[in-house]
Amino acid sequence: MESGEKLSPVTLAYETYGTLNAEKSNAILIAHAFSGDAHVSGEGGWWNGIVGGGKGIDTDKYFVICSNVVGGCQGSIGPSSTNPKTGKPYGTDFPIVTIGDMVNAQRHLIDHLGIERLLSIVGGSMGGMQVLQWMAAYQNRIRSAIPIATTLKHTPQQIAFNEVGRQAIMADPDWQNGNYYDSAGPAKGLAIARMIGHITYMSDTSMAEKFGRRFRADCAPKFGADFEVEGYLHHRGDSFVKRFDANSYLYITKAIDYFNLLNGHSLGSIFSGLKAKVLVIAFKSDWLYPASQSQEIVKACKLSGVDASYCEINATYGHDSFLVETEQEGRLISSFLRSLSNGGS
Amino acid sequence: MANKVGNKGIADWITQGASVLDLGCGDGELLAYLTRTKQVRAQGIELNEDAIVRCINAGLSVYQQDIDTGLSEYRDKSFDYVILNQTLQQVKKPDFVLQEALRVGKKVIVGIPNFAHYKARASIFFRGRVPVTPSLPYQWYDTPNLHFLSLNDFKDYTKNKNIANNAVFYKSNNRKIRLLPNLLAEYGYFLLSRNGT
Repeated sequence: MESGEKLSPVTLAYETYGTLNAEKSNAILIAHAFSGDAHVSGEGGWWNGIVGGGKGIDTDKYFVICSNVVGGCQGSIGPSSTNPKTGKPYGTDFPIVTIGDMVNAQRHLIDHLGIERLLSIVGGSMGGMQVLQWMAAYQNRIRSAIPIATTLKHTPQQIAFNEVGRQAIMADPDWQNGNYYDSAGPAKGLAIARMIGHITYMSDTSMAEKFGRRFRADCAPKFGADFEVEGYLHHRGDSFVKRFDANSYLYITKAIDYFNLLNGHSLGSIFSGLKAKVLVIAFKSDWLYPASQSQEIVKACKLSGVDASYCEINATYGHDSFLVETEQEGRLISSFLRSLSNGGS
Repeated sequence: MANKVGNKGIADWITQGASVLDLGCGDGELLAYLTRTKQVRAQGIELNEDAIVRCINAGLSVYQQDIDTGLSEYRDKSFDYVILNQTLQQVKKPDFVLQEALRVGKKVIVGIPNFAHYKARASIFFRGRVPVTPSLPYQWYDTPNLHFLSLNDFKDYTKNKNIANNAVFYKSNNRKIRLLPNLLAEYGYFLLSRNGT
């Protein structure tokens, strides 16, 4: 791993959709965001608006692969997996994970599937960081790339939000330095961390539209969650606890915070030599990963002569727009993918 | 708006396989034409989101960007041609944008509507109304045109700024115009470059 530590064996959970053609030239890898998983399409799929038969990423045409990241808790190896040395969950003995490690594991998966070159690598938010990492590290393995609502490096403000989330988890006495797997675990801390996250994923406008200042009908008196927005955040926090591991939260947010593609490199050098065609997408109301950060990616492409396009979609849903306002996004992606099969490199 | 004469005239100036940057490329009609006829390496810049979707649908590479903020990411002479087709009169700072285009492009092609076309003159002179003509089809309150200039105004400008005016053509009603262009042409097209380079 990038930290120098060794991790073996590595389990990777993945799902595929559609059929790989004989030339193995129609494979698209989708990288999920912070709390996503391998289940990208179909019932309960986290990007069902984009991925499926006849949709933006058409599974009737393309062979779609999506894998859970290393460090996660939804099938791939992570801190809640059993450490073969001790027979117990790794907990905080799990090595530090980076975006580079996640992408390296995906590259092994692509090798395993016998795919020399992906038609495209697509992802939003943390998934977009993985896309950028592919563009920098495995240039010959991709024909195109679509980084969405993402950044070349995490900024202090973005790190700060993650740190508050981590502190909420670690301040919960049930966290027990990460060794909580034979007890209840830091449910309260993890739920609060998720509540903070959700605030940053929405926008002022989308919150006003969704909740206004409305009160809930049933709530406890005095400091109960009487505003609808409070009820929503509580609900999101509580349901997150049921599906996500608190240590994975710590490891993955750290991986995001450590991400810095520029680390000592100039903007013009990070993508030099890249022959892939790139489509960068941002959303106007996204203040967590603002359009200015996508414009930096575009600038890096321009400086190194990469064939790229950029569109800023006028959506109101904040950072979550890439998951929920999928109409224009789907149109852009499908047009872009189609242009690759007509001619292209 | 079909623009066969304009597109063909521009294409005649462009060498096979050249690199082209179209500032304000709209839905990419011209770039698609140049890609087809001259196999150019095309890049567009456009502000309108729906136009960008149509460009990408046509297989073009396009950036959503406001050209009034400049082209600082591009090195000097990084394109063979920079095109400003029906764009210059719509930007806030035409002088700045054109100077940037001349820096980034070895040659610059400018296409502008002629505010001194006889129909426009007649509208002001006889009707006392700001012209609404085929080449200037907008009402005063919703026009994207911020600057109104004649073909002669533009020629004076290039002379004053010491910009080389290498070739021109004029058109009206989808035909080339040779006689009295400042009176009879609806559009003018100029092939420019920096003097002494």
